[in-house]
Amino acid sequence: MLPETLKHELQEQIARVAHPREMAIDVINALQDHFGYFSDEAMAQAADLLGMSPLELDELATFYTFIYREPVGRHVIHVCDSLICWMENGESLVAHLCGRLGIRMGETTADGLFTLLPVCCIGYCDRAPAILVDRKVHGPLTIASLDRLIDNLRESPS
Amino acid sequence: MTATYPQVLLKHRKPDRITTLAEYREAGGYEALRRVLTEMDRQEVKTRLADALLLGRGGAGFPAGIKVQTVAEDAPFPRYLVCNADEMEPGTFKDRVFLHAEPHMLIEGMTLAAYSIKASHGIIFIRPEYESAARILEREVDIAHREGLLGKSILDSDFDFEIVVHRSGGRYICGEVTAQINALQGRRPNPKQPPPYATDKGLWGQPTLVNNVETLACIPHIVKNGAQWFKDLALSPEAAGTKLFCVSGKVNQPGCYELPLGIKLSEIIETCCGGMKDGSTFKACLPGGASTGYLTADHYHIAMDFDSLKKAHNRLGTGAVMVFDHHCCMVAATLNLTEFFARESCGWCTPCREGFPYLQDLLRRIENGQGKADFIPMIKTMCRHLWKSYCAFAPGGVASIESLLEHFEDEVMAHIEGKGCPFKK
Repeated sequence: MLPETLKHELQEQIARVAHPREMAIDVINALQDHFGYFSDEAMAQAADLLGMSPLELDELATFYTFIYREPVGRHVIHVCDSLICWMENGESLVAHLCGRLGIRMGETTADGLFTLLPVCCIGYCDRAPAILVDRKVHGPLTIASLDRLIDNLRESPS
Repeated sequence: MTATYPQVLLKHRKPDRITTLAEYREAGGYEALRRVLTEMDRQEVKTRLADALLLGRGGAGFPAGIKVQTVAEDAPFPRYLVCNADEMEPGTFKDRVFLHAEPHMLIEGMTLAAYSIKASHGIIFIRPEYESAARILEREVDIAHREGLLGKSILDSDFDFEIVVHRSGGRYICGEVTAQINALQGRRPNPKQPPPYATDKGLWGQPTLVNNVETLACIPHIVKNGAQWFKDLALSPEAAGTKLFCVSGKVNQPGCYELPLGIKLSEIIETCCGGMKDGSTFKACLPGGASTGYLTADHYHIAMDFDSLKKAHNRLGTGAVMVFDHHCCMVAATLNLTEFFARESCGWCTPCREGFPYLQDLLRRIENGQGKADFIPMIKTMCRHLWKSYCAFAPGGVASIESLLEHFEDEVMAHIEGKGCPFKK
């Protein structure tokens, strides 16, 4: 269930704009942050808030890179695999990350800590190879700095 | 370094923070807006933009002065101004650098553009990877509002204009104007074929002007200093203004540099970027993002402006220069680019949806040593089919493949005949 405070907050935001559906991505993001991913339940609630059909929202949810229709780990790692990161040794970084976490691209670790996803150019080519962890950029990375980053995330409380 | 050339957009760039409103005003910021609202009429602003020959900086290079004229005088209200801060072209990060430097220059540019077409609503459409820029913009829009630079009766005039920041869910196609308008309306962002054009019937069916961040940022300077001053900034006689070039790949100092249009590619690499990395030799570059073709060593001294690139059957695109050295396999690089387009295709039209995976498969076979000479005409035919797709995505996406076959056919054949990638030892 959606907490009443969050529901009211979103209702107020929607009421302030001329066309509720322009808020679709913001509402999806807010519910995703709350539920951890954009679940069927979240989709029904978002549809209700926005006056849109669940199908219309699913069209958006399945289209965008940063909306997750399946459960993800506590930390979502998006690895840039576009040209410059690829050229700067990105593939060996991915291989190391998969080995270190024991998962393949697109999977979540058994402890629910990490999800690994590919992403196209994130606009940090001057800091290649770069990745996003929970939407925050890290780069240029080496195997050593990547290991430190993973260790720190493992130890962080939230 | 770049100090020898006049700096306009990044003149006051700081290493770790934005130029504040107070600092921006001290350097002459919002002076153009004040002058326009008190002394100039709308037509004069539009004329200046047209005379300045400002070409859109988002990739297409369409004349901004013509675009602004396409909003008809008697067009209905409300009218919208959209700032395209989606910047998802691989290799491109100039808008990110700019937004973390001069948010008020964008706000002023948007307000001037809005004034010229009588738009009351401004929207900044921004990619999710640039969340820090989105937060900066929201904060600075609020500050501008409090200072009477946005909102009702701007600087005590009769002009009202609001700006909101709209976060994208993140997909490359959202940078395309018609797709972006769908995205802004909470619809699946498939492109639409004009007519109607956005300036006629865009957002919510109303007249909508969509411009790139860098294009809008040039406007206050053009208004303040005049069209001739702007034209004189460029080194080539037919070009106008400076350009934010973002250079990446095998150079010593990758980064975003503000340089005059018409600067030589060799000067960008050698003077601004500290030359090629140790032990590297220039082999090729993409001059303006993933949707442009390769420039080889034959064009090492080409003037980097819209016309010169066009004459070389290429495009300046976003000015994202991605540099390859002699160790780089051009088949593998093109495969990487094709994977990008295969994944980012919105899937709306068949040639694009089906064509890119097909090309990706052929290129992968060649790279892995399973290629055949017959693949080359097959690739060429499919590239021609992709020109028949619905929007500009696919023609851009095949640019690297077509130029691979044009400039590096020997390298492709070496893969096929040697049954493997010659760069993998």
